[in-house]
Amino acid sequence: MLKIKDLQASIEDKEILKGINLEVKAGEVHAIMGPNGSGKSTLANVIAGREEYEMTSGEISMNNQDISEMDPDERAHKGIFLSFQYPIEIPGVSVTNFMKTAINETRKAQGKEEMKAKDMLKLIREKSELLEIDRKFLSRSLNEGFSGGEKKRNEIFQMAMLEPQLAILDETDSGLDIDALKIVANGVNKLRSKDNATIVITHYQRLLDYIVPDYVHVLYQGRIVKSGGKELAHELEKRGYDWIKEEVEA
Amino acid sequence: MSFKDNIVSSFIALENEVDTESYVHQLRNKALADFERQGIPMRKEEAYKYTSLKSLFGKDYTLFPKKETAIEYKDIKKYLVHQIDAYRVVFIDGIYSSHLSQTTHDKFDVCLMSSALSHPKYSSVIQKHYNKLAGNDGLSSLNTAFAREGAYIHIKKNIAVEKPIEVVYFSTGNEDHLMVQPRNLVVVEENAQVQIIERHQSLTDNAVLTNVVTEVFADKRAMVDYYKIQNDRLNASLIDHTNVEQQGDSEVRLHTFSFGGALTRNNLYFYQRGEHCNSLLNGVTIIEGKQHVDHSTLVHHTSPNCESYQEYKQIFDDKAVGVFNGKVLVDKVAQKINAFQQNNNILISDKATINAKPQLEIFADDVRCSHGCTIGQLDEDALFYMQSRGIPKKEARALLMYAFANSVLESVKIPEIKARITKLIALKLNVEIGFDL
Repeated sequence: MLKIKDLQASIEDKEILKGINLEVKAGEVHAIMGPNGSGKSTLANVIAGREEYEMTSGEISMNNQDISEMDPDERAHKGIFLSFQYPIEIPGVSVTNFMKTAINETRKAQGKEEMKAKDMLKLIREKSELLEIDRKFLSRSLNEGFSGGEKKRNEIFQMAMLEPQLAILDETDSGLDIDALKIVANGVNKLRSKDNATIVITHYQRLLDYIVPDYVHVLYQGRIVKSGGKELAHELEKRGYDWIKEEVEA
Repeated sequence: MSFKDNIVSSFIALENEVDTESYVHQLRNKALADFERQGIPMRKEEAYKYTSLKSLFGKDYTLFPKKETAIEYKDIKKYLVHQIDAYRVVFIDGIYSSHLSQTTHDKFDVCLMSSALSHPKYSSVIQKHYNKLAGNDGLSSLNTAFAREGAYIHIKKNIAVEKPIEVVYFSTGNEDHLMVQPRNLVVVEENAQVQIIERHQSLTDNAVLTNVVTEVFADKRAMVDYYKIQNDRLNASLIDHTNVEQQGDSEVRLHTFSFGGALTRNNLYFYQRGEHCNSLLNGVTIIEGKQHVDHSTLVHHTSPNCESYQEYKQIFDDKAVGVFNGKVLVDKVAQKINAFQQNNNILISDKATINAKPQLEIFADDVRCSHGCTIGQLDEDALFYMQSRGIPKKEARALLMYAFANSVLESVKIPEIKARITKLIALKLNVEIGFDL
C-alpha cells in the first residue's frame, strides 16, 4: 500500500530525514518509535504532504502511485489520514460542519455524489458512539477549548468518519489518561480491517499494549536503525533508547 | 454650483415646505450655519485622513426626490428579514410608505419622525432628546438642517418589545445623484428593551448618497440590541452617524455588517453616563473591488465600573480599503472600568489596504483597557490541517475566512439575523454552506 524509498527531507535547509525505507501492506500495523527529535513527526508530516517540509530525494507511493508531488488534500483523497500530535483549533467551524465538508470534498474528488444529509447524520451518530463522544460536542467549534483527551478523541472520530486506507497516528497517546487511551485505542482497533493499515508513531510503549503492532521500527537521527516485531517495543520500554544509540554509534 | 451653494439654495426651498416658526426649525437654522462654517470634512482633518469624501461630494446632488415611485412588497421583500414577525418602518426615497410599514402606538411608539417633529404630543420628548447627542460637525449638521423623516422609536418604562423593529430606507433611483438625510430617534426608558434592525438599500444603479443621523438614549437598566445591515449596491454610499447615550446599568449592543456599497463611513459614538453600563460594538466587514469601509468608533467612559467591548473582523480583497479608527476615552473618575478592543484584518490581495488606528486615552489609574490589532494572512497550520482532511486549499481558505468572520456572530441574538448574515458571509467568500449552523 505505502512504499517509501530512500526518503530524505529537510525543513528550512536542515536535514531531518536521511534515507527512510518503509513498506506498509494492507492489514498491517507498524509502530515507529524513537527518542525525541529523531524525525518521527517529520516523517508523518512528509507522508501527509506538509509544504514546509521539502522532500530532497526518494520516493513515496500509495497503491503504486507516486504521491510525492501531491497536495495534502489530494493525498487525503488517496486514503491517507494523519492524526495530529497537536490538533489545530479552528474557531467558528463546528466539528459537524468540518466533517461534512471534508467528506463531501473527498467524495467529489473520488467522483462520487455528495452524501445525503440523512446518511451523514447516521454516520456521525454511529461514529460518535464508537468514540463515546457526546453529541453536544459535535456542534462546538473544532478543537476550540477542547481538553487534550477530547482533541485526540476527536482526531480518531474524524478518522472513523473518513475511513482512510492508511492512518498515521502521530503521538496520539500524549496527553491522554488511561481511560481516554482505552477509548481511543478501542476506536482504532474497531476500524482495523484487512484492507487498511495503521502507522502508530509513539515515544512510549504504553499505547502499543492496546494497539498491537505487527512491526516496530526505531527511528534515530533520521534513519530507521532497527526493526522487529512487537517484542522490540517491550525491550525499548525496559531498556530505554540508549543501547540503540550506542549500537548506532558503534 | 458648488455643493455648499447647492445646500444653501436647497435650504431656501425647504423653508417653503416646513413650519419655520417651530422649535425644530430653530435647530435647522443653527445646523445650516454650522454646516456653512465647516463644510464637508477634508483629508487634512485627522478624523478623515484615510477617507476622502472629495469625489463623493463633487457631484451635483438632488436633495428633494421626486414623488414616491410605486413600490410593491414583492420588490423589497428580499431586503427584509421577513422570516421575523417585525414592526416595520419603510421609507421610499426618504418618504414614508404606509402600505409597506407596520407601526404601532399601542404600548409604545414606533412611528415617523415627521409626525414626532410636528405633533404636540411628542414635543416634550423631542425637546428633551432631539439633536441633544448628534454632533455639530459639518455632516451631522447637514443632516440636522434637512432632516424631516425617519424612524421615531419610543419605548416606555418596563416595556420589552417582543418583536424586532425593522427600519429600512429604499431609494428607487427615479433620479440620479440623490442625497437623503434620514434621521432616527430611539428613546428607551428605564428597564425597557428593544431590538432594532436598520438598512439602507438602493433598488437601481443610479447613484445615491445617504447621510444618516441616529440618536439612541438608553435609560437606566434599558437594553438596546441594534443591527446595521450594510449590503447596498455599488452605486450607493453611506455616511452614518450613530450616537448612543447610556445611563446606569444599561446595555447597548450594536452590530455593523458591512458588505456592500461604494463608500461607507460609520461614526459610532457611545457615551456612558452612569455606573455599570455595558457597551458592545461588533462588526464584520468583507469588501472587494474598490469598496471603502471606514469604522470610526468612540467609547467615552465617564463613570466607574463600566464595560465596553469592541470586536471588528474584516476581510479585504482586490483594491478594497478599510479604515478602523477606534478611540476609547476614560475619564479620571471612571475607575474600575474594563474596556476591550479587538480589530483583526485579513488582506487577501496585495493591493488591499487597511488603515488601523486604535487610540486609548486613559486618565483613570485603576482600569483594565486592552486593545489588539492584527493584520495578516491565514494560519498555515490550520490550512494544512484542513487539507489533510481532504479539503482543497481554495475551499480551506474560504472556510477559514468564513470562520474568522463568523465568530463575531456569536453575540447576535436574533436567529434570523444570524442565519442571514452567515449566508451573506458564505456567499461573499464563495463557501458552500448548505447546512444550518
